[in-house]
Amino acid sequence: MNAIEAEGLVKTFGSGEKAVKAVRGIDLVVPEGTVVGLLGPNGAGKTTTVRMLTTLLRPDAGRAVVAGHDVVAAPQAVRASIGLSGQFAAIDENLTGRENLWLFGRLYQLSSEQATKRAGELLEQFGLVDAGDRVAKTYSGGMRRRLDLAGSLITHPEVLFLDEPTTGLDPGSRLDMWDVIRDRTEEGSTILLTTQYLEEADALADRIVVIDEGTIIAEGTADELKAKVGGERIEVIVHDPAAVPQAEEILHRGSDNQCVVDQHMRKLTVPTANGSRGLVLVIRDLDEAGIVIDDIALRRPTLDDVFLELTGHYAENGADATTTSRQEPATGRAK
Amino acid sequence: MTTIEHRASPAATAGGFGQSFRDSLIVAWRNIRGGLRVPDTLVYMFIQPIMFVLLFGYVFGGAIQVPGVDYTEYLMAGIFVQTMAFSCAPSSVGLADDMQKGLIDRFRSLPMARSGVIAGRVGADLLNQFLVLVIMMICGVIVGWRVHNGLWQFLAAVGLLMLFSFSMSWVGALIGLSVGSPQVAASAGLIWLFPVTFVSNAFVPPETMPTWLQTIAEWNPISAIVEACRQLFGNGSIVESDAWPMQHSIAASLIWCGIIIAVFAPLAINKYKAATTK
Repeated sequence: MNAIEAEGLVKTFGSGEKAVKAVRGIDLVVPEGTVVGLLGPNGAGKTTTVRMLTTLLRPDAGRAVVAGHDVVAAPQAVRASIGLSGQFAAIDENLTGRENLWLFGRLYQLSSEQATKRAGELLEQFGLVDAGDRVAKTYSGGMRRRLDLAGSLITHPEVLFLDEPTTGLDPGSRLDMWDVIRDRTEEGSTILLTTQYLEEADALADRIVVIDEGTIIAEGTADELKAKVGGERIEVIVHDPAAVPQAEEILHRGSDNQCVVDQHMRKLTVPTANGSRGLVLVIRDLDEAGIVIDDIALRRPTLDDVFLELTGHYAENGADATTTSRQEPATGRAK
Repeated sequence: MTTIEHRASPAATAGGFGQSFRDSLIVAWRNIRGGLRVPDTLVYMFIQPIMFVLLFGYVFGGAIQVPGVDYTEYLMAGIFVQTMAFSCAPSSVGLADDMQKGLIDRFRSLPMARSGVIAGRVGADLLNQFLVLVIMMICGVIVGWRVHNGLWQFLAAVGLLMLFSFSMSWVGALIGLSVGSPQVAASAGLIWLFPVTFVSNAFVPPETMPTWLQTIAEWNPISAIVEACRQLFGNGSIVESDAWPMQHSIAASLIWCGIIIAVFAPLAINKYKAATTK
């Protein structure tokens, strides 16, 4: 059975010339007990999609069924079956952690006793027992996110929506958050996770749906997506810019694949079928030719490469463009 | 998969007036509980009305002469009504703040009554405004304000003031949900009320105003409520106007409050349903 089924979801903001087509026809299936990562850059339509699936926004077209209920026809039943943790920690800063959870529990229509009990359990589960009776204003960013996530788990929801759960967190808190999310997945929760961090989708999701400019451009497991980009490749940075053409010639020998050259960075990248043996050959040949190497590595494709391959631009403002360049620089649609 | 079996049926809890009322109380609890932890807001909320009573009472009380009445007594109903009109501001700021912090989104994703968040805000503000009114009345007594028509009429006036405060909170709710930032909400919920409250009989008799302004003042809801309170308190109501709301101030007050609620409550709840952060 599928926990989420969406067909042809469309959402346009504004009208006329200023209309922004945030989502242009998204089909999505999330089987029960799986984690699907919705991956895309800022403005790709991830949040809008989540907002439609969680009844916060009414789709302009298409339909969606979440936990067996239609989001438009039976929004209240959908709300009772889901948990949503948004991009911002949506907690009341003037209440304590415990009071926040009690409040959300009550509004999930639990009795006061049930809500109190559940608040205690969740504080324990999320390592917030010591802070539980402190006002949330005093919490760190990571603690706020944890409290926010705890708030979305009050009724053991059938489907959990996590909209960019680690955006803005420091690396340590992000790893903590990943652990918390992994705990949920081990319990068999169904999760739709949005992220703009490729490694986050890689680490947490069973299946990844890549979304850009409001449409789905690819989906599959992380490995399937990586396979689309091809196998390993050798990346060389030579010391002397003048040696680049000669190095290119040497790299060509081992394969009939095209060698990508970044003259400015003195970097050459070539696909290889022979793995580390190919690397050894290249090092030997370069050494024999007297070319000084600054850096050489055998690289497996990352989701960054997948993203670039699929969209022609980088996921995160091209920040790591220099390390993943398969094309000539500046062809990516840098923001 | 396994988690589905031991869960209460969601449909059983949805809908109904009982749920709306319960959810509103829970949200009101949250607002009051949280509000008590923000001392500066409390201080501002209480100091401003006290200042108004004392300033107007002592500074203007001696200087402004309204023939045939004790101006301090005349003034108090005006200040009370103005302060109740300002109920608009806390409701508007509170909801704008919830909106900005993403709490409205969270509430909207919960299986709770659609009216609960706003009604909880309005309810909490009603209680706050009641306390404000009590404090103002005590200050009023200190500067020489008295009521002359007995307990029941006094309580009727308090009820009317509360009803007006309640109405204005719904106006504030709509403003708060529309502007989306508490800073904007603070001024948008308040600034326009100054001309509205001053172009009325709250502080001076409208008879001294230019004719066109006088007509506006007579039909201003503020004037009807001020006039009704003066009558109920027995505080020198001398109506020289033939305008219907001035002749039937209590009925006019009730009608005005009814209109304000009937217009703004549905608008605010619709705004909430369609609310989008950012």
